[in-house]
Amino acid sequence: MTTFERHRFTPWLLLAPQLAIVAVFFFWPAAESLRQAFYVQDAFGLGERFVGLANFQRVMASAEYWQAMGVTALFSVLVAVGAMGLALLLAVLADRVMHGARLYRILLTWPYAIAPAVAGLLWMFMFDPVLGVLTHALAGFGIHWDAQLNPGQALLLVVIASIWQQMSYNFVFFLAGLQMIPASLLEAAAIDGASPFRRFVGITLPLLSPTAFFLLVMNSVYVLFETFATIDNTTLGGPGGATRTLVYKLYEDGFVARDLGSSSAQSVLLMVLVGALTFVQFRYLERRVQY
Amino acid sequence: MRYHRPHLDRLTHLLLLLGVIVFGLPLWLALTASTHSAGDLQSGIAPLWFGSEGLANYWQLLSQPIAGLGVSALRLLGNSLVMALGIAIGKIAISLLAAYAIVFFRFPCRTLCFWLIFITLMLPVEVRIVPTYGVVARFGLIDTYAGMILPLIASATATFLLRQSFMSLPQELFEAARLDGAGPLRFLKDFVLPLSKTNLAALFVIMFIYGWNQYLWPLLAANSPEHATAVISLKNLVQSTDTLPPWQLATAMAVMTVLPPVAVIIAMQRFFVRGLTDTEK
Repeated sequence: MTTFERHRFTPWLLLAPQLAIVAVFFFWPAAESLRQAFYVQDAFGLGERFVGLANFQRVMASAEYWQAMGVTALFSVLVAVGAMGLALLLAVLADRVMHGARLYRILLTWPYAIAPAVAGLLWMFMFDPVLGVLTHALAGFGIHWDAQLNPGQALLLVVIASIWQQMSYNFVFFLAGLQMIPASLLEAAAIDGASPFRRFVGITLPLLSPTAFFLLVMNSVYVLFETFATIDNTTLGGPGGATRTLVYKLYEDGFVARDLGSSSAQSVLLMVLVGALTFVQFRYLERRVQY
Repeated sequence: MRYHRPHLDRLTHLLLLLGVIVFGLPLWLALTASTHSAGDLQSGIAPLWFGSEGLANYWQLLSQPIAGLGVSALRLLGNSLVMALGIAIGKIAISLLAAYAIVFFRFPCRTLCFWLIFITLMLPVEVRIVPTYGVVARFGLIDTYAGMILPLIASATATFLLRQSFMSLPQELFEAARLDGAGPLRFLKDFVLPLSKTNLAALFVIMFIYGWNQYLWPLLAANSPEHATAVISLKNLVQSTDTLPPWQLATAMAVMTVLPPVAVIIAMQRFFVRGLTDTEK
């Protein structure tokens, strides 16, 4: 590509705003996290002392940290399976219809615009002990619902709210993926006498696998970061840490307990985790696995 | 066509309608509950149909300070709008200039600059939340709109997308502009911007929704109610009281909070789908 060669100063002028903001609000705090992870602050925040890997050892030895890791992993798996399964089903259906496809797409994608905090609130209302429509429905089946006391039900509440919110995101990508599959492939298979189910398993699913893998990573990232708001508006991490994810714990340790060393070590571990996820994703997308 | 069968089509519509209803139900129930009085709601199960107190509930939120918060919903929604527009416009503006520099100029450390920006792509503010608070506090920006906006636009999603879109512009265009004697600014204004309209609109939709829905960062950066956003105010309505939450107000606030981003998605559906599939992939 030809460029404006004679302008030496202009590109720096154009880049300056973004570079400045990224330097101050990204690299500085990120470096600070990295540094503080190796220091311990004294009780009054007056001095600090280098402790090597002690913060990391403390985090790794804490049962609460591993509980949060387990909660986050289970949370991710449940949301990924639920939100991707539902989205795939609805996308396949929406891809089939001739009439009203546009309307269906709008009616199934609007939950993307709902803030995770609001999603949490709406589902807490559905499951309210007094008013909740679902609480009453479950009572009809003899199930007593109390997400404030029952750890499993608390996790289920935030999982359902997250699936509801994340489904529409997955739906958009699956539908786009389905629409990219050449019709000639499916027609050829139909002429060969393959049943709709065979066509789906043999052609559609393999061609959707890159999309599905991408969504798997994005759903995990969603659970890692966005569900903080859902949790903070519903279960507050409880009961007994049953819904305390890694980011929720980071927030509690950093801003409630004011344990800078531990929260910085957790930040660094989180960066490594997200970095690994990103790396895996880029490697995968580079290879563009398709059958 | 062999694979379009009438009974299968009917089943498809039926299942899709079921999906639409299930996904609409939580918002529908919030909408109906927000039109009842507190007394109505305490007597049993959430109503499926509208009551008569809708205007009163919404008017109370919009005109009077919310208990435990001290500002009205109007103020909260206004703050959300400032933050969402600030993030959308700010991010697009700085990314546009940076992407333009990276694609249309040659200068030392060009690749390094690109990677410095690119690295921010996947690490959201949550992973560096504690030191970010420290940095923003050091500049005295806690409880200011700038403090709420700046850390959230320190990311490269928009730069990355615009770089791709600039690189796909035809080479002849650039040469024609050079022959006309167009400098960098004229080329940007008269050629690149008009041709990137769709991408800019798509980016705007995604960034507006992203900004409007932010939670953890404004929760920390907006210490006083004067800067609180609609999204972070909801917790106050539901969890501040020991008694039954005032659900008629909480649901009304929730409805008002989701209205602007949902309206944007529906009105700009085409740009939304494009923006989503482009910014993330």
